[in-house]
Amino acid sequence: MAAENSTPRPGLFEKGGKLGWLHSTADAFETFLRVPGTVTRRGAHVRDAIDLKRVMIIVVIALVPAALFGMWNTGYQTSTLYGLGWGFWMCFWKGFLRVLPLYIVSYAVGLAIEFASSQIRDEEVNEGYLVTGMLIPLIVPVDVPLWMLALAVAFAVIFGKEVFGGTGMNIWNPALLARAFLFFSYPSKMSGSEVWIHAPKGVDAVSGATPLALAGESGVSALSGDLSFWHLFLGDIPGSVGETSAIAILLGAIILIWTGVASWKIMVSSIGGALLVGWLGCLGGVTDVPAWYQLVLGGFLFGTVFMATDPVTSAQTECGKWIYGFLVGALAVTVRLFNPGYAEGMMLAILLMNTFAPLIDHCVVSASISRREKRIRTA
Amino acid sequence: MSSNIVLKRGLDIPVKGAADRRVMREVEPGTVAVNPTVYKGLVPRLLVREGDPVAAGSPVLADKDRPEILFTSPVSGSVKEIVRGEKRRLLAVVIESDGKGTAVDFGACDPSSLSREEAAALLLKSGLWGGIISRPYGVMADPSVSPKSIFISAFSTAPLAPDTNFSLGHEVEAVQAGVRLLSRLTDGGVHLCLSAETYSASPFHKIEGAIVHTVSGPHPAGNVGVQISHISPIRRGETVWTVPIQAVAAMGRLVLTGKLSLMRRIAVTGPAAEDHAYVEALPGTPVAEIVKPGENVRVIDGDLLSGRTLAHDGWTGFFTDQITLIREGNETELFGWAKPFRPKLYSSSPCYFSWLTPWKKYDMDTNLHGGQRAFVETKCFSDVTPMDIFPIYLIKACLAGEIEKMEKFGIYEVLPEDLALCDYVDPSKNDIQAIIASGIDLMIKEMA
Repeated sequence: MAAENSTPRPGLFEKGGKLGWLHSTADAFETFLRVPGTVTRRGAHVRDAIDLKRVMIIVVIALVPAALFGMWNTGYQTSTLYGLGWGFWMCFWKGFLRVLPLYIVSYAVGLAIEFASSQIRDEEVNEGYLVTGMLIPLIVPVDVPLWMLALAVAFAVIFGKEVFGGTGMNIWNPALLARAFLFFSYPSKMSGSEVWIHAPKGVDAVSGATPLALAGESGVSALSGDLSFWHLFLGDIPGSVGETSAIAILLGAIILIWTGVASWKIMVSSIGGALLVGWLGCLGGVTDVPAWYQLVLGGFLFGTVFMATDPVTSAQTECGKWIYGFLVGALAVTVRLFNPGYAEGMMLAILLMNTFAPLIDHCVVSASISRREKRIRTA
Repeated sequence: MSSNIVLKRGLDIPVKGAADRRVMREVEPGTVAVNPTVYKGLVPRLLVREGDPVAAGSPVLADKDRPEILFTSPVSGSVKEIVRGEKRRLLAVVIESDGKGTAVDFGACDPSSLSREEAAALLLKSGLWGGIISRPYGVMADPSVSPKSIFISAFSTAPLAPDTNFSLGHEVEAVQAGVRLLSRLTDGGVHLCLSAETYSASPFHKIEGAIVHTVSGPHPAGNVGVQISHISPIRRGETVWTVPIQAVAAMGRLVLTGKLSLMRRIAVTGPAAEDHAYVEALPGTPVAEIVKPGENVRVIDGDLLSGRTLAHDGWTGFFTDQITLIREGNETELFGWAKPFRPKLYSSSPCYFSWLTPWKKYDMDTNLHGGQRAFVETKCFSDVTPMDIFPIYLIKACLAGEIEKMEKFGIYEVLPEDLALCDYVDPSKNDIQAIIASGIDLMIKEMA
């Protein structure tokens, strides 16, 4: 009896406690509120104040301008197309009400799976989904049915991330996988010209094609008036929730580059790749859309800034980042120019380059090793 | 063939508690321990029993496989206690000083006149051989090997590291003699690396018989491993020896006086130390005689990045030239990571705002500041590793235990201390040094 009494009883959420099977979940909430009092045991005795939670929250903050603009734009597009005459705040409020359910579904489904799988793996809950959950509603059409979104999120988190072992182990960007899942499973809800603008109740949906689709059909002549370069840059155009405003995305890019969370090399080289292929396309007569329009059309900029730069799925070596980024930009525009059926190439370009990122790194590292061996031999 | 090496990558951690350039006191040795655990690759064999009388320089331990390598008592007196740990592992031989200072006479000599064998024999029997570290792997040197070259770093850039110009500035002659002695052991020459910033003020720039290099840059520019990789990188099958500068001085005193004299200036540093200055003490002095740490304070033999934790009732070791005291950070912090500003904490990342106050020194503690995760941000590793390697690939090769890849990615060139800053900056809070150490242990096992 004495020996039994001397071992302290495990707490409610500790292993062996009554709700011990929930300890990852309890731990997640605990560490969310308070930085734990864990001290260093091995290695360096002091550690930097930075942790993954801070890194992730920086990305979330960088996404806020695009998300807020997306909410306003959702209301504004409905108001304009159906002639409702809403003011600024009304547009924002109506858009907010449309986007909020997307966020609730994205976070509820994603976090539930994330918590459950952390529990199964007996690990701490990773904060990676904070960013994925923030991204997904911004890259889907606003009228996507919520059950489809839930299914896509579940697919992306389970098959895109958890089967590989969680955040840090995944091959593809989970948010893009969710979008790819939606696109290939429910193409009618993800493309065409009726899905981009929310129709108010009792009104038949009116066509509101994205400028990208219009440019694909009829070239640069479609991009005038309300779809001029300035409007494309500002972002008051139809499109996925968060991808339309170059200004809001660039604000996020400044935050990401300044904090060093995302690689400026990938962003710069991706833009370079897009401009080059866009320019070649013009030169070769494939399109009459000037190259710089490619940067503000569709999801290019959003993908370049927030998706291609994901530190887990992009190239890891500095030289590899230049190659990876360049190919993302070049491929995205190539798909746009040569695939009239599906105008948006960014999603597939990034997913494809995610797949090839380890190969790029392998080549860069192998080249470096042979150069290094030569150097050592002559030293 | 001297050279100037300019390193850009690295990080100087702004922590409070550097030692002032003064000696606060001399620690009279009451008891002193000979501590075999500080030598990597040593399997000790005991040569004395409790109660045996010893003089300064008489052998106490030997290496089991190479019995010519001896470890000697730094004081005269008698063996008080033999301390063993788990599985009867020998932890320390405690010697009670009699204060008489009787010492074995090894014979003063001119180091330049010695042959390689004579020089090695002198170091082996005096107990100073253990001060030579062999790379790759950072193990105790093998007397039967002639190294490609010998490297000495005459400065350290580690957090709060002792200022060698002060701690050894008055012993230039001994360092000079030590360099001459070491140069007998190799045909490749002795390389001495000085800090480019203090080169002109350094008493060591006149040392003869060594190839002098100057190195500038943030930590780890003072790490001998980083210097080797820029001066003469280690190929497979090559051996390079390194000797800490305090050991070089002890070797010099040995040839100058003929006696073993290990008294040295040890820097007492760290935010939790009451007084920051130097003490003069022998290696093996009990911690309690050097510092009086409080309840919740960690005592570190060495620096904050790669020093080893000492028990409050433990002993310093042969290589000790710095003691760091730091508060244990075992308190939680409400909303820590979510606060926009955390002015009391330092971060090298612009995700916090430490860059606004570059002059500020911080009162750090041992808190991990987060939970352990898979690798996510990996660029930070190469930002603090000024060597021609890909740290993340080396780390992953060590984790996977792939010998061939570890070789390719540069395991021969690094010791855990060279990647210590990766530990510090990693937002995923992995123990990089432990991973590298396990990789090195695997190499030793497989390549033996």
